[in-house]
Amino acid sequence: MLTLALIFFPAVAATVTLLLNGDSAKRFALGAALLEFLLAAYVISQFIATPEFQFGFDVPWINVLGIRFSGGIDGISILLVLLTGLLVPLIVLSAFGQNYNRSATFYALILYMQAALMGVFTARDAFLFYLFFEAALIPVYFLAALWGGANRIPVTFKFFIYTIFGSLLMLVALVYLYYQTPGLHSSAIADFYKLNLTPAAQGWVFWAFFIAFAIKMPVFPFHTWQPDTYVESPTPATMLLAGIMLKMGVYGLIRFILPIVPAGLDTWGMMAAVLSVIGIVYGSVIAIRQRDMKRLIAYSSFAHVGLMAAGVFSQTTYGVQGALIQMLAHGINVVGLFFVAELIFDRAKTRQLDQLGGITRTTPKLTVLFMILMLGSVALPLTNGFVGEFLLLKGVFDYNNYLGALAGLTIILGAVYMLRMFQKTMFGKPSNNTQSFADLSTSELWVLVPLVFFVFWMGLYPASFLKLTEPAVTNLLRYIK
Amino acid sequence: MLPIILLSVFGIALLFLGFAKSKAILLPATLLFIAIAFGASFVDWGKNYMYFNDMLLSTNLSIAFTAIVLLSAFMVVSLSSSFLEDESAQPAEYYAIMLFSLVGAIMMISFENLIMLFVGVEILSVAMYVLTGSDKRNLRSNEAALKYFLMGSFATGIMLFGLALLYGTSGSFVLSDLRSYVNGGVAYGSPLLLYMGLLLLLVGILFKVSAAPFHFWTPDVYEGAPTLFTAFMSTVVKTAGFAALLRLLSFSFTGIYSFWGVILMAVTVITLVVSNFTAVYQSSFKRMMAYSSISHAGYLLIALTAVGQQSKQALVFYSLAYSVATIAAFGVLLVVSRHQSGEGKPTDESYDAFNGLARQNPLLGFIMTVAMLSLAGIPLTAGFWGKFMVFTTAANRGIFWLLVVAVLMSAVSIYYYFRVIIAMYLRDGQTTAIRVAPFYRYVLIAATILTIVLGILPNLVRSLV
Repeated sequence: MLTLALIFFPAVAATVTLLLNGDSAKRFALGAALLEFLLAAYVISQFIATPEFQFGFDVPWINVLGIRFSGGIDGISILLVLLTGLLVPLIVLSAFGQNYNRSATFYALILYMQAALMGVFTARDAFLFYLFFEAALIPVYFLAALWGGANRIPVTFKFFIYTIFGSLLMLVALVYLYYQTPGLHSSAIADFYKLNLTPAAQGWVFWAFFIAFAIKMPVFPFHTWQPDTYVESPTPATMLLAGIMLKMGVYGLIRFILPIVPAGLDTWGMMAAVLSVIGIVYGSVIAIRQRDMKRLIAYSSFAHVGLMAAGVFSQTTYGVQGALIQMLAHGINVVGLFFVAELIFDRAKTRQLDQLGGITRTTPKLTVLFMILMLGSVALPLTNGFVGEFLLLKGVFDYNNYLGALAGLTIILGAVYMLRMFQKTMFGKPSNNTQSFADLSTSELWVLVPLVFFVFWMGLYPASFLKLTEPAVTNLLRYIK
Repeated sequence: MLPIILLSVFGIALLFLGFAKSKAILLPATLLFIAIAFGASFVDWGKNYMYFNDMLLSTNLSIAFTAIVLLSAFMVVSLSSSFLEDESAQPAEYYAIMLFSLVGAIMMISFENLIMLFVGVEILSVAMYVLTGSDKRNLRSNEAALKYFLMGSFATGIMLFGLALLYGTSGSFVLSDLRSYVNGGVAYGSPLLLYMGLLLLLVGILFKVSAAPFHFWTPDVYEGAPTLFTAFMSTVVKTAGFAALLRLLSFSFTGIYSFWGVILMAVTVITLVVSNFTAVYQSSFKRMMAYSSISHAGYLLIALTAVGQQSKQALVFYSLAYSVATIAAFGVLLVVSRHQSGEGKPTDESYDAFNGLARQNPLLGFIMTVAMLSLAGIPLTAGFWGKFMVFTTAANRGIFWLLVVAVLMSAVSIYYYFRVIIAMYLRDGQTTAIRVAPFYRYVLIAATILTIVLGILPNLVRSLV
């Protein structure tokens, strides 16, 4: 029942937000998001680390087809529930500095998005999953299209059509799997795990799923929508996209591809892993050349998600565990970085690296927090990025040495583009734009401090997160063996 | 069968009401008549009755389709208040013709004898020819009516020819006789005549539901006809036509599925591909809606191609979802173009007409958005479940390649449906606040709510049939 509350509370709160106006809508949305976070935190504190689904709900939905409205939280979803619960209040708070017109709609869309995301991560029925998977697209599309930059119309349109094309392919796969279940058909994801598909069929299903999730993440070569969309979207929407929505793809890989089509993975997994690793190197190299801060972070996100995908395709406990922990870590880091990019843009009126510099002179708080987030993203030991990337790389190495070596470049290249960004913005001589640069305000501090707190918590004591996921991951990998 | 009798009587009554001094009574009277017929159609619920010397059959399925047709008609009529303001319009006649056409539609839905099918198609078609040309001072309306009439009567001729061949070989017009004739392995008569007869009959009906390659009249007629009748045409005619096809194919001719299955499959693919790609290139909203209506005929055809137990539910649900969304979309177009002509601007039915609409009119924008999302088949709207159910029928038959085609085409369709949403929310326009009459607004809101509710709880309709 708690899961149901996690899904529906934001939706109800969003509808109420629509009816309010201006400042009260803002504050109400923040309050609702904080309540949702407390609810998620409570759920996690009560979570018992077994492979079983907990806090579930299960009612008949479409009787004739045997489709049930059922969901719950297990070790695979728990960290994503935490991520969604944690980031949304910060995203709402981060938008306080901007005066978005029609703010009630703006905040309501964020909360609707949260409801859909919670649904994606907790659905136990494949069609329910699909429903939320696509429903999550609508609020974020409107967020990006209504409040985005000058070039927003074609960019968000491309994004929408691209991603929906992928999910439609997944729909075909789901319908196919549904009709393979014995007797009166069932669309429970757990029943899909028990299917015995022919290797050829598994190949098709593998590609249908892979393309759908690869577009969402994005994995090379399905990434062309991503940099433009991230740059053109208003920053809260970018945070939703990069921080949480991208994880829907990785989550889908783990939840669907690994256990349902192991033979398909045998045949095609290497190719998918190679594509993911290409994405790592390619994204990093492009990131090094970027001048626009937001675009640089977008490409870094593209590179990082490639590593997560490669880790999942390694089909090892390390890889999958690493992907789960890295999803949380990456979400935290990338939201922080986008927030910093936004506040620099806000004060300096530019995101171009060569027009920035010297900010650190007047901003001790910002410098420290920004640096910690940046180092987390670079995967320095004792930060959250290190745990995830280490596990992921270990997984990829176990799978294939050469791939592992290539994927390892992410650490070096990541350090190059991140440090370059940090150096160009914070150090050096101040430019005209950064002459009088104010330090963080209280509300900005409130966005960054919780993020940094998690950077350290995950970096110093990752066991508190890893132990939640481990039984579920071990159980999931049994389907492959 | 009460609705047939009631609607005929009401139609005549309306003509007399037209003599009354005040035209204001016509609209509520028509709505009341349709509502009574709607209620009366449920009298036979749960029973299988033959009527009029076994000419018509009433089943739950036929009642469900009748209800959808009457609901669509109710909504269309309730959007028709502009007639009463228009000096040159003859509302009494229009309403009467609409009621008569509903009689034809119900006959198409519940025929047991092929003669009834033919009579139903003719009643419906002739009514449509007249309504298409009802804007008699408008050149395009006249052209559309003439085009529709010429091509339509040609199609009816072909259909009649098919019926004659079927009768010639089997010796009967009755569906159950045809069924036993087909299932008996065509013991007497000529199989060639049977195949030819069925083929011609199919061509006739496929023309009426505007499936490709018999769709060329659709865009011109939809564009030329007054918007209100376009809405009527694209919902009532389509629902009735598909109900007729379903009755024919799933009952009488299942024995020769190998013959018509292939034909329908080809028609389905052509319809889906041609309509969706052509719709992308339209600049007029009404023409886009015409191609959209063709494409939805394609999706409905999938359920027929893969005819099986679930096809019935899929068709009922899809017709309902499609009708509600289409009427809501045309409803918004109607208000917008009336607002334009009220401001003395030339009526613009292109996408540009919607530019910036949502700024000043958030409600209209929202209604249109939900309608477009539903037509595009985005989850949490009724249209998604419609498509989903249609897709599952194909999957159930194991025709996955058709499913893939359909899915790709619905990805294409998002392009043109979203152009409307983009125009409304993201483009700049000079649309000022539009005043919408309360009743009109309630109907549109009801359509939107129905679309969303069915999108969350599709079981509501499914479990009925």
